[in-house]
Amino acid sequence: MTVSLIVNGQRRTVSATPDTPLLYVLRDDLELNAAKYGCGLGQCGACTVHLDGKAVFSCLTPIGATQERQVTTLEGLGTQAQPGILQQAFIDEQAAQCGYCIAGMIMRAQSLLDRNPAPSDAEIRRHMQPNLCRCGTHHRIIRAIKRASAVLGSQNGKGDAS
Amino acid sequence: MMPSNALTTTRRNFLGGAGLLVAFSLAGLSSARAAATGEAEPEGVGASSALPDDLQPFPYLDAWIRIDPAGRAQVFTGKVELGQGIMTALLQVAAEELDMPPHLVSIVTGDTARTPDEGLTAASHSMQYGGTALRLAAANVRMLLQRAAAPMLDTDEAGLETTGEGTIRAPDGRSIGYGAVAATLSLHVQAQADVPLRQPATFRTMGKSLPRLDIPGKVTGAVSFIQDMRLPGMLHARVIRAPAEGMTLTLPSRTEIEAMPGLYAFVQDGDFAAVVCEREWDAVRIMRQLLAGQSKRKNGAIPTGTIADILKALPAQDYPIEKVAHPTAAATTRLSARYARPWYSHGSIGPSCAIAEMKGGELTIWSHSQGIFDVRRVAANLLDLSEDKVHAIHVQGAGCYGQNGADDVAADAALIAHALPGRPVRLQWMREQEFGWEPLGAGMVTEVVAELDADNRIVTWNYDVWSPPHNTRPTSANGVLAGWEVTHAFPPPENVPIPMPAGDGSRNSNPLYALPNMDVNFHFIPKGPFRSSAMRSLGAHLNVFSIESMFDELANAAGIDPLTLRLDHMSEPRARAVMMAGAEAFGWQTRRPKGKFHGYGMGFARYKNLGAYCCVFLEISVEPNTGFITVQRARAAVDCGEVVNPDGVRNQVEGGLIQSLSWCTREAITHDAERRTSFDWSSYPILRFADVPVEIDVDVLPRLGEPFLGVAEASQGPTSAALANALADATGVRFREMPLSPEKLRRALIAL
Amino acid sequence: MMRRIQSKALLASFSLAAVAGSVIAAAIIYAPEIKPVERPLPTSFDPGEVAKGAQLASIGDCIVCHTADGGRPFAGARALPTPFGTLYSDNITPDEKTGIGNWSFAAFRRAMVNGVARDGSHLYPALPYEHFTHVDDADLRAIYAFLMTRQPVEQVQPKNDLLPGLGFRPLLAGWKLLFLHEGPSTRDPARSAEWNRGKYLVEGLGHCGGCHTPRNILGGEERSSDLSGGIAEGWIAPALDKSNPSADRWDEASLFDYLTTGIAGGHSAAGGPMGPVAEGLSTVNDADVQAIAVYIASRMKPESALQKAASTVATLPRDVASQDPASSKSTIAHPATDTLFAGACGGCHMPGAPMQVTGRPPLSAVSDLRMTNPRNAIQAVLQGVAPPSGRGPAMPGFADILTDQQIADLLGYARAHFTDASPWPDLTAEVSAIRKEDAR
Ligand code: FES
Ligand code: FES
Repeated sequence: MTVSLIVNGQRRTVSATPDTPLLYVLRDDLELNAAKYGCGLGQCGACTVHLDGKAVFSCLTPIGATQERQVTTLEGLGTQAQPGILQQAFIDEQAAQCGYCIAGMIMRAQSLLDRNPAPSDAEIRRHMQPNLCRCGTHHRIIRAIKRASAVLGSQNGKGDAS
Repeated sequence: MMPSNALTTTRRNFLGGAGLLVAFSLAGLSSARAAATGEAEPEGVGASSALPDDLQPFPYLDAWIRIDPAGRAQVFTGKVELGQGIMTALLQVAAEELDMPPHLVSIVTGDTARTPDEGLTAASHSMQYGGTALRLAAANVRMLLQRAAAPMLDTDEAGLETTGEGTIRAPDGRSIGYGAVAATLSLHVQAQADVPLRQPATFRTMGKSLPRLDIPGKVTGAVSFIQDMRLPGMLHARVIRAPAEGMTLTLPSRTEIEAMPGLYAFVQDGDFAAVVCEREWDAVRIMRQLLAGQSKRKNGAIPTGTIADILKALPAQDYPIEKVAHPTAAATTRLSARYARPWYSHGSIGPSCAIAEMKGGELTIWSHSQGIFDVRRVAANLLDLSEDKVHAIHVQGAGCYGQNGADDVAADAALIAHALPGRPVRLQWMREQEFGWEPLGAGMVTEVVAELDADNRIVTWNYDVWSPPHNTRPTSANGVLAGWEVTHAFPPPENVPIPMPAGDGSRNSNPLYALPNMDVNFHFIPKGPFRSSAMRSLGAHLNVFSIESMFDELANAAGIDPLTLRLDHMSEPRARAVMMAGAEAFGWQTRRPKGKFHGYGMGFARYKNLGAYCCVFLEISVEPNTGFITVQRARAAVDCGEVVNPDGVRNQVEGGLIQSLSWCTREAITHDAERRTSFDWSSYPILRFADVPVEIDVDVLPRLGEPFLGVAEASQGPTSAALANALADATGVRFREMPLSPEKLRRALIAL
Repeated sequence: MMRRIQSKALLASFSLAAVAGSVIAAAIIYAPEIKPVERPLPTSFDPGEVAKGAQLASIGDCIVCHTADGGRPFAGARALPTPFGTLYSDNITPDEKTGIGNWSFAAFRRAMVNGVARDGSHLYPALPYEHFTHVDDADLRAIYAFLMTRQPVEQVQPKNDLLPGLGFRPLLAGWKLLFLHEGPSTRDPARSAEWNRGKYLVEGLGHCGGCHTPRNILGGEERSSDLSGGIAEGWIAPALDKSNPSADRWDEASLFDYLTTGIAGGHSAAGGPMGPVAEGLSTVNDADVQAIAVYIASRMKPESALQKAASTVATLPRDVASQDPASSKSTIAHPATDTLFAGACGGCHMPGAPMQVTGRPPLSAVSDLRMTNPRNAIQAVLQGVAPPSGRGPAMPGFADILTDQQIADLLGYARAHFTDASPWPDLTAEVSAIRKEDAR
């Protein structure tokens, strides 16, 4: 089956059996590394990407269900040369140990900041609940999200003033 | 395509013949420590015993450091990045002693063809041994550069100084770059032990929180992990095993399997079976189809009951650990208690993965194992190849925290690739395979009898610990699953304990406290009900938990402050300093009860009694109606000797603390008589965001000029102990058997 | 098809009936205040009584309704959506200002048995006094002791947000006249003590009928259809009598497992609001849960069948899942959906998936797929199922992954593939409607 979808703003066409989870298509066909296999069961969040702007488990998203839908992966938020706000915040807070969970963490967090740029601690924790980190990086992750939120806030502040 | 750190080093691979030269530096030397001893303290094996342990078998400087004509340094280490930030810290050490800016230094880690064999990256040894060796090697190189620069600058060596910019300056201000000097110099000379090291007062790189080299790639989707590697023509494999260790699966006939659409090859050797496909999803699909078959337990039911029931019924070998006898005053209080922990999963977020390729009679394996040289030994033995025909390269994986499936999956991949020469094969275990087959952190039991005299001095300390092995690391094919499964099987070796002072189940069983009478005994259970091996801190976790819980029980019985009781029995100044610094920062002395179900607790240990000192203080509240604990504040003080990267140390301690809270309050491998029944995150929950502490702070004590002490495993024991102590303070109930789960707490506390 | 309650019609009939009722009820509208007392000291209660109260409070599941999301237990303020608007549960910690700290036992008893607060105002039947009225005084005393020894929490609950007119509490007196049937639950001397204990707990404190009995248009339980299935928080509370489509699969043992662990091997996992109920019962003494299981099992099948059921459950020919997918009616009826199912659901629900080889129930055994009404199946797919304390059966929600049409296709396929029941009509519309409900 041929599926046409928009990945990080670009139309991509892939041919795969429709049951193939989006995760494998991203990793193996489109050579995007960020989304990771962690459990394949929707329990860890390592595979988190955005589908039509919502954070989803790509391991449970059959490619056949994504025809003409918008997918954003970590690669879509920025590059090493030009990291996105949240990515930069993770660098600034050194918010990783092994880092295997981090791509999913950033995508989950981004979906929160997209609809609530100034979340409280409790809101952050509740929102991040689906994603697991085994290294115990949780605090730095929370700090990075708050840092990004502060940057967003100051940018908005500037926007308002001008 | 190679992972990003490998990419960097390839790009910087300036010397055409570097590989050859290094190979020469590594040749002719006895193979260094094999993994079996890697969890132990290394013993010197080589040339000059004055050299640091890791330098002894590889004394030639060019095995460690090379400098190109452009003045860039390449550093080789047998240690590997596991997410602990070691790559960055080692690079800092080298940059400091070379006195170069870090950006001019690149680092090559664990590669059997390129780096020294420094044994395992484990046991918090990397800074202690790897860092110390590299530091001295770099100091040697700096000295040689300086010496060689003298005639070039036509001046006396004594007046020369390095600038920190990778240049050497004469008193008159003229200078020359390292590259130009190195071009005239052979580094194929042996390291000297007595070379002066750079002094803390003039440090430019060490002691600073250099940002981790690997993080920018990891937050932007670079090829960072072995799971991300993609080689041309790569095939995808899945190994076919019954749902859990100890079971066998009935497979359909080979012809039936080979007819399955999407299959490229079916590889079978004895009980070992794997499917190989062009597309990864096909491999997963076919694996599932095959797993729908019947599976059953091979032999003997798994004993059930409490951990103590299970362990104490198994045959054990007894090892006396500590026996001290002195006359004391008469005892007035006697307490006895039993503590336990269940079997734990390493629970790496990314299941184990390996890539292997057989080409022209040579096998290359990419693996995230902690012992890349052992990966080579195992594969060579398994496939009957000579070791020089096997090349193993470390590539990062998800955090492993000990021996998870990494070594097994590497052997699996080697076996598959060997059967399918010409194309690289990528094999990743599934989540449930990791839970079902990886070696577990061993379940353990301890029993303590302690007595106080009328002055609240501890006069008796009798301690027994029962534990299955914590170290079954493979050094040959008899230590991996595939080795046990192939037709010409390699029967597993007899398990042996790691001797003290490091110990395994006995690790930290001998209290650091000064006690006049001690009788500490280790009951080593060679064969437990599950496969078990190293998991962060090994037996130290339960031993520290037990000792530190008993100290609080004693303090409580005596009606004195737990910190006072500890200080009264502690003579090591650095241990006292860590306790007092932590207490001060936490506000221990000024803590006030804030009502029912709210409390404070502390826990202390010096890891292995040889490594870092760590003291953890917690303030918690408990909700008796649900059994949930909220850690309001966590404060850890650590002394890990000279600190290379303070933020890296904090990151490790924070992480270790949260992981320990997860072990202590949530985790337990469940099982029935047939198999492990924990197979996913719903049957093996770990701590999630809602339950991590509200606040965490880590204070790193400055210990300029002291030897490095590893830090990654320092906080596990003290944290779990501090939690049990805080819980007892908050509720008046002492919990001694982990996990202190919400269910267990609720049952015990709801009616209080 | 589920009957949807229309708020307007409801309001009209409620008011009518209430006004009519209130004429007769005039005499009972008025309830006097019961004088506040000094908060009894926690130490004044017998620890044994508190422990007993803890058990009973778990059976009554007080904590679930009286705890807000992320809030302190028993401090109330949990939003309780009803067809009549949103109510907020009361603070039942012994805080004197905002809780029940100065309620005497008499005041507490009156609230439980008559639905009247200490100050004399009528309570909404979200507090299931229809059931609590059957609880005997000794048990009420124990629960009182338990609650009065909790940590006091000062917290005022938000104002109820009810349909216009319903905020007038005296109307409730009329409601009670119609639906509150005071008095002890009746015993059946022909049955065992255990059965009678189960009946007492189910009808009283356990208030199982609160969810599992259909309600009439005024929100009263239809006593004639006791335990024949109801609705709670957007989920169907399945029938606990013979009309349960999986009645033949339940027996005392599996009910006991289900109630204490949230999962019955080979049957079902507790989803939606049943999760916290099982969580609560997991800490209740086994004898009481066993009594509940015995009583419910007897309601689900005639006693003669009970013995037999235990031995036959495992061998019922229900596992149609093993049939060849290519030739099955599911594939014929839903030609493209098997791949959707394999990608989205197969990781857990296909043969050979880890969940299956570890003995979790196959979909062919799951009640939700067999029910006449697809609501629970839809909710499970949209919202997922989460074990309250993290350990236990978990399923991620697919609301953001799949479209209404895709969910409908999947459920249609699963029903055809895993059960022998007839297809659900109008699935897509039903999914859209429930998705909208969930979003509110
Ligand atoms: S890999 Fe998708 S949630 Fe774990
Ligand atoms: S950083 Fe290792 S799993 Fe999160």
